[in-house]
Amino acid sequence: MKAVKAIRTPGGLSVRLDARAASVVTLLAVAAAAVAVVLIGSGDFPMSFGDVTATLLGNGTAAQEFIVQDVRLPRVLVAILVGASLALSGAIFQSLSRNPLGSPDVIGFSQGSTVGALTVIVLFSGSSLAVAGGAVAGGLVTGVAVYTLAFKRGVQGFRLVLVGIGVAAMLTAVIHFLITKANLVDATRATLWMTGSLDGRDWAQVWPLAGMCAVLMPVVFAHGRPLRMLEMGDDAAYALGVPVERTRIVLMGSGVLFIAVATAAAGPIAFVALSAPQLARRLTRSPGPNLAPAAVMGAALLLVADWTATNAFGDRMLPVGVVTAVLGGGYLLWLLVTERKAGRI
Amino acid sequence: MTAGTDTDRVKDMRTGAGATAAHLTENSRSTTTMQRLTAESVTLGYDQRVIAEDLSVEIPDNSFTVIVGPNACGKSTLLRALSRMLKPTKGRVLLDGEAIHSLPAKKVARTLGLLPQSSIAPDGITVADLVARGRYPHQGLLRQWSPEDERIVEESMAATRVGELADRYVDELSGGQRQRVWIAMALAQQTPLLLLDEPTTYLDIQHQLEVLDLCAELHESQGRTLVAVLHDLNQAARYATHLVALRDGRIVAEGAPSEVVTAELVEQVFGVKSQIIEDPESGTPLVIPASRRGVGAKVS
Repeated sequence: MKAVKAIRTPGGLSVRLDARAASVVTLLAVAAAAVAVVLIGSGDFPMSFGDVTATLLGNGTAAQEFIVQDVRLPRVLVAILVGASLALSGAIFQSLSRNPLGSPDVIGFSQGSTVGALTVIVLFSGSSLAVAGGAVAGGLVTGVAVYTLAFKRGVQGFRLVLVGIGVAAMLTAVIHFLITKANLVDATRATLWMTGSLDGRDWAQVWPLAGMCAVLMPVVFAHGRPLRMLEMGDDAAYALGVPVERTRIVLMGSGVLFIAVATAAAGPIAFVALSAPQLARRLTRSPGPNLAPAAVMGAALLLVADWTATNAFGDRMLPVGVVTAVLGGGYLLWLLVTERKAGRI
Repeated sequence: MTAGTDTDRVKDMRTGAGATAAHLTENSRSTTTMQRLTAESVTLGYDQRVIAEDLSVEIPDNSFTVIVGPNACGKSTLLRALSRMLKPTKGRVLLDGEAIHSLPAKKVARTLGLLPQSSIAPDGITVADLVARGRYPHQGLLRQWSPEDERIVEESMAATRVGELADRYVDELSGGQRQRVWIAMALAQQTPLLLLDEPTTYLDIQHQLEVLDLCAELHESQGRTLVAVLHDLNQAARYATHLVALRDGRIVAEGAPSEVVTAELVEQVFGVKSQIIEDPESGTPLVIPASRRGVGAKVS
């Protein structure tokens, strides 16, 4: 038998535990934490691994405290929360549509957020808070629109992908239109926002993200088992007692909020939503949405991408969105190739 | 149990089913006690298209009921309504006397199981994992895998003879093996009522018989009530204890196969002339369609 075991209490409670998935989550979390410490330690004022951990535990000097608490820690936290949110959103939608292409950055939600943000930048020259608000609103409106258009006796996976790709194409046209309308300053600001970046992110971005994750993550994880049942088709899930429509609405709503708020905080960071769930399930080798492994993978991926973006190219800092695409895409291709060699796909 | 409207409903059913049905259904209709699963003058359809109107049916407890009829007669639609996948636009389906659509999904799933016509095996799932999913309605967030779950999953795999496939991936299996795995999942649900939507479609004759033998075994040895939609009238006659014949969304006849399957019925339901002989193997009625091209030997 595969290593699926259960932790049981004498009171009759039991929790299923996939040993491989659990170790994947643990290892990825340790790796993410290590990269986070390295990331905090690197920059114009470099700090050693030990200094960073000491400072995080409250034993640093005043200068170290300032650098860590006020400058670099919030940026790292934003990276962790955005990475996990994007990955969860991706895992939810890929699972609901039973298609890796059902990823929210493919089916128009990122583009919707971008249109919202650019509208605020170009038409109103709004503050960064207003831009974030525009991104959230754009993402939510797109989510509702895609759901309504794809709805026909329940949302069918393939329909969702096709409708989403159509909506994404239209929204991309709107994005280009907005940029041509903009003056030079706004156009630069818009383009910068669109590449996705963690530069200058502080506690003002951390708190909304943390609040959302605190509310939505328990909801989503509690729906993980019904989501797994939904992958067998609506009929099979309903026959097993899953309230299909309600489950789907709750999960889609959470998925849209995750990507909208994450995009509002850091711009449309490419490819994390698409690749993190796929990477996670290849590591766990277990079917289903793999929610927790995907979330940790998303956080780790974004941290590594951020470190690469700020350090690997000397003085020329890249926006993190550029790196996620290269890094996540490359890693996924490598996994696909090795899996094919091993005969697992 | 609300048995008050029972006799009315039986009357409705007869008028609805037409005169021919009345004499054919005499025997099976003699009881007035409420069966666990019934449809009360339901109107079924998709969007604007009505498939069946004012249809009533009772599934006799502990029977192996088979629904037969020509393509597009509404047999799968009726099964979908009985399994609450389709909500009737009028009328209602009752499970243990309560409207099935108003009951919590999980509660129904502990009483009534369904093997849908098409289910999707998630990528890279093993047989044991898939069968284990049948335990879902008995589980909760903090009760995910009890020793009982484990035992029942093993028993279900043994009953369907997929035990030795436990660690194989479902995508690697043959069509017949895969269907047995899905049946094992439905078994693990441990429901007294089990509905199967065309469980033999796309299987060759050997695997068809294997699946039907398994159904008969479940019905006989475990006392479950089975309802299946089948295409093959002779297989239906051989395996069913109760037959429901549908045409154009109406019940034309229902009852034990030996009483119901007649040449007139076959012509009325399928529009095919035939003669009925006794199945030399099982003693059940065997339909021999008449030659329609005027060639070949005529048996008279």
